[in-house]
Amino acid sequence: MIYGNQDLAALLITLKLATMTTGILLLTGTPLAWWLARSRRRFKFIAEAVVALPLVLPPTVLGFYLLIALGPHGPIGAIMTAMGGRPLAFTFSGLVIGSAIYSLPFVVQPLQDAFTAVGERPLEVAATLRASPIDRFFTVAVPLARPGFLTAAVLGFAHTLGEFGVVLMIGGNIPGSTRVISIAIYDHVESLEYGQAHALSAILLLFSFLLLMTVYGLNHRFKRVRP
Amino acid sequence: MSIKARFHIDRGAFSLDVDLTIPNRGVTAIFGPSGCGKTTLLRAIAGLETNHRGYLRIGDEVWQDEHRFLAPHKRHLGYVFQEPSLFDHLSVRGNLEYGLKRRPEGAEKISLDRAVTLLGIGDLLDRRPCRLSGGEQQRVAIARALAVSPAILLLDEPLAALDMKRRQEIMPYLESLPRELDIPLLYVSHSRDEVARLADHLILLADGRVQAAGPLGDLFSRPDLDLAHGPEAETVIKTTIAAHDDEFALSLLDFPGGRFTVARHHRPVGASVRLRIKARAVSLTLERQTGTSILNIFPATVDRMRPEGETRNIVRLMIGPVPILAKITRKSAVDLEISPGKKVYAQIKSVALLS
Repeated sequence: MIYGNQDLAALLITLKLATMTTGILLLTGTPLAWWLARSRRRFKFIAEAVVALPLVLPPTVLGFYLLIALGPHGPIGAIMTAMGGRPLAFTFSGLVIGSAIYSLPFVVQPLQDAFTAVGERPLEVAATLRASPIDRFFTVAVPLARPGFLTAAVLGFAHTLGEFGVVLMIGGNIPGSTRVISIAIYDHVESLEYGQAHALSAILLLFSFLLLMTVYGLNHRFKRVRP
Repeated sequence: MSIKARFHIDRGAFSLDVDLTIPNRGVTAIFGPSGCGKTTLLRAIAGLETNHRGYLRIGDEVWQDEHRFLAPHKRHLGYVFQEPSLFDHLSVRGNLEYGLKRRPEGAEKISLDRAVTLLGIGDLLDRRPCRLSGGEQQRVAIARALAVSPAILLLDEPLAALDMKRRQEIMPYLESLPRELDIPLLYVSHSRDEVARLADHLILLADGRVQAAGPLGDLFSRPDLDLAHGPEAETVIKTTIAAHDDEFALSLLDFPGGRFTVARHHRPVGASVRLRIKARAVSLTLERQTGTSILNIFPATVDRMRPEGETRNIVRLMIGPVPILAKITRKSAVDLEISPGKKVYAQIKSVALLS
């Protein structure tokens, strides 16, 4: 068997991490993207820059700050300890938080673009048809921004799959708990186990390609349906 | 109960300052050139414009005053935008039902079936909006606005985005709306033709101010307004079909000043018909002409006169209570000694019939 137990565990953890991160980001990123797309506040650009930071920041920098924040002496870690929990550094929960921040722009930006593309008019129409703001959001904005949701979910998921630096900094490399596939590959290469590294890399490559192909294919279909 | 609308909207380079009383029945056209604030006024009535002071009462419901601003979705109105703006993610039926599902209980002035029949879209219900022509889309948009059973229907240049052929396709539906519905319609337009065909009342807007407001016939024939000048100057007279003359294929149309004889109209006796009379199709005589081929000659009184350029005068006549414009040369005005109060005969060479 080419995949060892630890490799399979890493694969499962990676999938679990990407799924949870994507779910959390869709829930939190949607209102954020909506606000960014609709707000006319002067200082909106600051929020936009913050959201885009993970795009340019080295993951190790992000991971370093998170490690400090989540560790026992950091603000979040201290709160967790005070509430009777334990610091989040080197736990799967900590990993989810790190991934969510790291992949935030990949979810928020497609959603923001999609909401911007929907424009003001359909929402005004819905208002004159007696739909309340919440009603308009769910029955008009979200369905019309559907391609954006698909892109956001897939990019968020795929980006989390390939995460390395942040995980290494805040999750460490605990097999069965925080060792994800990219770190497993790194370990194999370090130990000169090129066969296993190949096998895991191929999975990641193939999976990412299929995922992106699905997105682009579906988006083309959306565009054809709606000229 | 009428509609009271008072708005003060300041947008830097543009400001809208109006204080209007609008009849609570028939079609009131808001007419003016592009950028005069027509759309802004309509949007303010719908509550789509915010951050302004104003007062708005529709019938006995106050929608806006110093203390409150009713959100657009709580206003009992239908709104037709310039572009059809149908929801692409819903079928035509889905679009129509969107407002229907959300209309307040008890409001069932206009049923969905009625709206579908009025706009002739029965065959389109299961189609996707993107598969419809521009004209069909706009008809669906109008039906969709009616399906919420509004207390007032606002239309923002619903024909402006369409080509000539599509406009003519929708026009009969628009003309039928005021006959079939007992709600007021506010119709924004910069097309004189649409206004002449549809409006009962007119609000002339220029640079965000009301230039004049009143019944269509009065405003079209006021020599002090631009409407009464230029080659398009005309009078619109509302008449009722009194009888048909089958021998000569004519129809007799009654109006408060007398009776017109015109080419046979397809609608039955009792139906109302609008006549458009170009000012240059009206000539004046001091005595009633005999031995003339002109069928429509009315005794009239000169009401007002105003020069138009160096050669012509535009004359407003009263045929009984009904004003009518005539365009004559300045020389004729001198020769016939035309002045206010003068009794003349108006000879009308041609009339155009609308609906």
